[in-house]
Amino acid sequence: MSTWINLNALWKIVVVGLLAGAGLPALFALGLRALSPPTGPTADDSTAPAVTAGPLGYAVAGFCFAVVLAAIGWGIYTIVNSG
Amino acid sequence: MLTLVVATALGFDFTNGFHDTGNAMATSIVTGALPPRMAVALSSVLNLVGAFLSFSVAATIASGLVDTHVVTLTVVFSGLIGSILWNLATWYLGIPSSSSHALIGGVVGATMAAAGGHAVKWQGLVAKVIVPAVLSPVIAGLIAAAGTYLVYRITRGIAERTRGGGFRVGQVGSASMVSLAHGTNDAQKTMGVITLALIANGTLAAGAKAPTWVIVSCAVAISLGTYLGGWRVIRALGKGLVEIEPPQGMAAESSSAAVILLSSYFGYSLSTTHVATGSILGTGIGKKGAEVRWHIARRMVIAWVLTLPAAGAVGALSYAAVHGIGGTTGVVVIFIVLIAASVAFYIASRHPAVTPENVNAAWSGSVVPQPEPDPAQR
Repeated sequence: MSTWINLNALWKIVVVGLLAGAGLPALFALGLRALSPPTGPTADDSTAPAVTAGPLGYAVAGFCFAVVLAAIGWGIYTIVNSG
Repeated sequence: MLTLVVATALGFDFTNGFHDTGNAMATSIVTGALPPRMAVALSSVLNLVGAFLSFSVAATIASGLVDTHVVTLTVVFSGLIGSILWNLATWYLGIPSSSSHALIGGVVGATMAAAGGHAVKWQGLVAKVIVPAVLSPVIAGLIAAAGTYLVYRITRGIAERTRGGGFRVGQVGSASMVSLAHGTNDAQKTMGVITLALIANGTLAAGAKAPTWVIVSCAVAISLGTYLGGWRVIRALGKGLVEIEPPQGMAAESSSAAVILLSSYFGYSLSTTHVATGSILGTGIGKKGAEVRWHIARRMVIAWVLTLPAAGAVGALSYAAVHGIGGTTGVVVIFIVLIAASVAFYIASRHPAVTPENVNAAWSGSVVPQPEPDPAQR
């Protein structure tokens, strides 16, 4: 079986793929949210704290975007070095 | 003869470029994150850069799949003919099929015609090509669906204007990564083929690396092809499968970029096209209420299954023709046939044409914006 499917590579691709492919957009979304707080607690979203884009908001957003950029940089670095 | 083979390989690289523009840029174009021409220009530049980044995949295309001892210039040439013709046909129909599979299918078909089935490393073919081809769209779709779900959940309640704007920026970034990944992956496949031809010709020693002129010309060919833009495929991917919003676009491209880069890291030269299509489908599944046009997806999957055997058949046929006519004359004749066929496809695609101006027109059930009584479009 292992000659047909490399399970070791497969699960790594799935896990790292989820982290990078779904986690990074989610982090980006968090950053956006920190920048622009919800327009107001709606019935659908009443649990969300009423944050304003104060210094904390900018700090959180900055952190999120920085992590995303760093991950992209690391990705490119890895490709360049794998060759 | 070598010159003709190299020209054909660069021609394949060119079709690869315009066939696959949609993988990276379809989502950005349909959401309006980038104007169509700007998008293809950006993708083209990034493909060029990507082609120079890494050279790890180049070798795998040939060595693991067929017995390189039986590969002659004629085999390489016939394989390329098979893959180019299949690429043009699917492009005309607006089906994002895999250029890599077309290439592999063509080369395998031509090898079989030349030396029989035993010259093909079937296990390598299954383990390195078919299994990843089946798994990759599923994995990409899963990741994209998860990403889409998370993104919509997190940004719930944010003003639509900020959200759209922010994600358009994110989309351009993630689509750029896909273009870069495409350059590193696909340009290398052609480099691998030209290197294979040079080895078959005795110009290079077996196991040699691609010479610089090969790298440069492949990079330029794929980048020019990308710039031309495969508007038909872009439209099918971006408008046909799912109606895409910026957050979905970003989730799709992030997923594609992650899967492609990770897989090439592990040495799988999988199809950018399959991954991108899987991702776009995934974003349709991940967003509540989004409509996925499954009949279009099914049509694409059928084309994927057909790609290997069809390109293989054309490759084998073309080998038989070249071999039957014999020597350089045969190659020249088939080359002329190829050019004639390409011109025919080009002319057919002008009536009616899909251009940067109408690529975003509302989906009316076919690749071509206005439904026309064209029997070829079904």
